[in-house]
Amino acid sequence: MNRATLTFALLLLIAVPLSLVAGRVWVDPDVTPNAILILMELRLPRAVLAVVIGAGLGAAGAAMQGYLRNPLADPGLFGIAPGAALGAVIALYIGVASVWLLPLFALVGAGGAMALLALVAGRTANPANGIALFTLAGMMIASLAGALTSLAISLAPNAFAMSSIVTWLMGALTDRSWADVMLAAPLTLAGLVVLRLAGRDLDAMTLGEPAARSLGVLPGRLMALLVIGTGLTVGSGVAVAGIIGFVGLIVPHLVRPLTDKRPSSLIVPSALAGALLVLVADVVCRLLPLVTELRLGIALSLIGAPFFLMLLLRMRRAA
Amino acid sequence: MTLEACDLTITDRVEGVSSALQPSAITAICGPNGAGKSTLLSAMAGLLDADGGEVMLDGAPLAKMHPRERAKAVGYLPQSGEVAWDVSVANLVALGRLPHGDRGKFAVASAMAATAMSDFAARPVSTLSGGEKARALLARVLAGEPRWILADEPLAALDLAHQLSLLKVLRAQADAGVGVVLVVHDLALAMNHADRVIVLDQGCLKADSAPEEALSLQIIEDVWGIKARWLGEPNHRALVT
Repeated sequence: MNRATLTFALLLLIAVPLSLVAGRVWVDPDVTPNAILILMELRLPRAVLAVVIGAGLGAAGAAMQGYLRNPLADPGLFGIAPGAALGAVIALYIGVASVWLLPLFALVGAGGAMALLALVAGRTANPANGIALFTLAGMMIASLAGALTSLAISLAPNAFAMSSIVTWLMGALTDRSWADVMLAAPLTLAGLVVLRLAGRDLDAMTLGEPAARSLGVLPGRLMALLVIGTGLTVGSGVAVAGIIGFVGLIVPHLVRPLTDKRPSSLIVPSALAGALLVLVADVVCRLLPLVTELRLGIALSLIGAPFFLMLLLRMRRAA
Repeated sequence: MTLEACDLTITDRVEGVSSALQPSAITAICGPNGAGKSTLLSAMAGLLDADGGEVMLDGAPLAKMHPRERAKAVGYLPQSGEVAWDVSVANLVALGRLPHGDRGKFAVASAMAATAMSDFAARPVSTLSGGEKARALLARVLAGEPRWILADEPLAALDLAHQLSLLKVLRAQADAGVGVVLVVHDLALAMNHADRVIVLDQGCLKADSAPEEALSLQIIEDVWGIKARWLGEPNHRALVT
């Protein structure tokens, strides 16, 4: 366990209980009526979900940046999140968006994007092209899913369907229940294990793909681990909370300087830091005195986009 | 201990090359740009699938070996010198242990000692000079304790002093029994430092013998199309045109 892992684990241990009492209603177990009910059925599942989704996004971002050897990679760029979103939007469009069916549609969408990605980018004749193909295929899948999502919005049968689609796409943890946790937590956990398994191969990728292969890395296996791990973590996150952007990009960036910079030692602390970021951002959304609650997806993009620009500016100065 | 190309063909790159590499020696692969030197080296390292023929390691086809077993036997140093993340020298060198699945503290320490990088262990790679980085990357290969070291132009872009210090490290490896194979552009370096030279021309094997023979004036004229002369005595040759 390295220093970054320890730091973020401790911060998370402090933040989770604090997040339970904070909100539109400040819960004091002795005073607030129905305090236990609010905590157990509203606040706790929401906090657990924030932790689960943030951990998945953070770890997927760290693994993806390691795989592409690029600090600007974000799991959202590779079609899996847009694929999941498309699945969910189809469920909303045809009006079958129950607690179980919407996430199921989203997971099918994520799975479809993963399969398409593996189909296009897997098994290339020339392994040297693997990563370029993977990136391009992912971006094309992302824009295709995005276009189909827009199509569904424009063809929405009524204003209610349209607004429910648009609202859902913005990503939020409002009113999520234990059912959502039951769905997302096991899948995300499985995804985290898969991503962690890729750690050593990702370290080898530091030397470039030919050297990594000379060290015994199988490019096909590594790509499969990445696609499955990202698909499970990001796909299940989108399935229960909608699109929550930028966590996968920012978190590995902030965490990297605290580690020895090997991709493998970045995955676990990024998961913890991602959990912390989403949890804190969700609490801030709850606390802001707006008429309706600020959507978590919007809040994180509001932080994320300027951060990305700052990053580019700094890179330009360094170059 | 043998590493052998048997009628190896990679479409459009290498055509029917057969050559048995030597352990305990430095072999230089020479040839004009586009002759297939790097392709041959990658194929010998098991990184390219042959379109014809095969590469044999100790009498068994390299392509059928488990990649990690192959990686333990054959170390490969690519030309790019890429290090994507700013890791410490010690962590960079330790990457060479990945096929073994251990930390290999002793192997890592002796690889850094052999390349005179011990004092740099904690330094981030970004703070190294070009020569230091080349030594650190070579140490990464040595840390895996391979029986064969295949390096793609490890001497290019280094000044003379660094070229000689790297060659000294490689010579020590060859003396310890490792088969060292280098792609070399500088014919004088190949002439003076290799035990054997393989000359490729348009994917075909043109020569495969002792340096004085493989880099004879006739072959240099045939392959590079230049009339040149060797000056000096053996092991201290210079090529002039």
